[in-house]
Amino acid sequence: MSKILTVDDLQVKYGGILALKGISFEVNKGEIVSLIGANGAGKTTTLRAISGLVPFTGRIQLLQGETEWLDLSTVAKHDIVRKGLAHSPEGRGIFPNLTVYENLFLGAFARNDKPEIAKDLEHCFELFPRLKERIKQKAGTLSGGEQQMVAISRALMAKPKVLLLDEPSLGLAPLIVAQIFEIIKKVNSEGMTVLLVEQNARMALKISHRAYCVETGKITLSGKGIDLLKDSRIVDSYLGGH
Amino acid sequence: MDQGHSQEFIQHLINGISLGSIYALIALGYTMVYGILQLINFAHSEVYMVGAFAAFYVGKALGLADHPGVLALLVLIFSAVVVCSLLGITIERLAYRPLRKAPKLNILITAIGVSLLLQYSGQIIFGADPKLFPEVIKDSPLFSIGTVEVRSLDLTILIVSTLVMAGLHFLVHYTKIGTAMRAVSSNANVANLMGINVDRIITYTFVIGSSLAGVASVLVGLKYPKIDPLMGMLFGIKAFVAAVLGGIGSLPGAMLGGVILGLCEEMVVGYLSSTYRDALAFGILILILLLRPAGLLGTVTREKV
Repeated sequence: MSKILTVDDLQVKYGGILALKGISFEVNKGEIVSLIGANGAGKTTTLRAISGLVPFTGRIQLLQGETEWLDLSTVAKHDIVRKGLAHSPEGRGIFPNLTVYENLFLGAFARNDKPEIAKDLEHCFELFPRLKERIKQKAGTLSGGEQQMVAISRALMAKPKVLLLDEPSLGLAPLIVAQIFEIIKKVNSEGMTVLLVEQNARMALKISHRAYCVETGKITLSGKGIDLLKDSRIVDSYLGGH
Repeated sequence: MDQGHSQEFIQHLINGISLGSIYALIALGYTMVYGILQLINFAHSEVYMVGAFAAFYVGKALGLADHPGVLALLVLIFSAVVVCSLLGITIERLAYRPLRKAPKLNILITAIGVSLLLQYSGQIIFGADPKLFPEVIKDSPLFSIGTVEVRSLDLTILIVSTLVMAGLHFLVHYTKIGTAMRAVSSNANVANLMGINVDRIITYTFVIGSSLAGVASVLVGLKYPKIDPLMGMLFGIKAFVAAVLGGIGSLPGAMLGGVILGLCEEMVVGYLSSTYRDALAFGILILILLLRPAGLLGTVTREKV
């Protein structure tokens, strides 16, 4: 399998505290890769570093074209999306005073291929028919689940090489979570590479090709999703034991 | 009410709306910058003052007072807008951008500093004595309804400010840049993730806000032709009150606040005494801060889970 995103010895400091103590992993083309772990382990920080929202040391590289690797530390934070990463942030980060349409439109802000954008918009509505009904509504008036749909769709509208999803299950009812994860699987089956950060380890592992377990700023375990689901260390710590 | 009284009232109404629409133009500048940076840009009133002087000097150089008309008006507005935009960009670059990550209070104090710097530099450069603004629109009654006169100046002010505000509404709601501005105002961090260059949007915001002040400065110059380097102080603070009244950060709020303030002032002058004119604005400020701190159209933002 061919790598598309590599993270090497990633360190991030908040004040004097080392929040990430050297994290390394890679994402292959077409995979769903999960970072699971407890609250405060450093999962979100990892995504924020990849998107250039926090300063870091170490190396984050993204494949451009067939063989050319781009060092993301050289890219301004508002240009990351133009290099092929779209980030749906923790807490959804939708623009509440803007309509659903405007939110999705901004997802494609960096693009100029109008006909393709219109096609991708239609595709988002196929994935989330509910959004089409709400297209003119202010995003802040939507339910939590619908807002998460807006956040994911908005990231898809950037037509990224890798989709970064931070905690899409946060604060949602189990039924909605199941729906959202179905969609993530579907998007992936259509060829999208996904890097997923989740506290809901069971849901994440079920759909992931591979996963990494992050604990206090380090990766302690990694493996295939289905294997980790059965791993006693994971089961005891994150899946509620037996 | 007998006819004389009601016609007097309508006359005050027209005057009040015309004054209010100028307040609204300036208030929009305060509110836009606040919406993006959560900063009260106290230097905004001086941008407006410099705009009036820019128009004054251009008008003088071209001898526009001898060729009144719409073209002369447009030339004055254009020169004020260009100078105000450049000044707005310069202030943002030199004074505010270096403090982007500093506590909000530091930037606020800097804004007051820039305001004072411009006021007193203005006195040195332009001289402290008032100048007579070129009268490019001759104020004459255009037509009357009963005894209510509609004067050319009031009509000009209304038309210009309405066009400008309509243009702003279109820009903010129906263009890519406008949508990006609203996104930055809502959440600058996430706006970055969309590929929006936040610094660039901030620059655009200063350009647009300062341009509105430029337009307003010419309209004020026509209405109150004596301009001096301290003219921004009182008028600017009143426009700021209008922005707070409408709900700082809200564009329709700034327009509404401006018109309400203009109407109130005109009514106070018309029916009570012009002595209370300035006290009124600050009375309104105190009341709104006590009763409805978010302003008439401002919203208290809530997060939904």
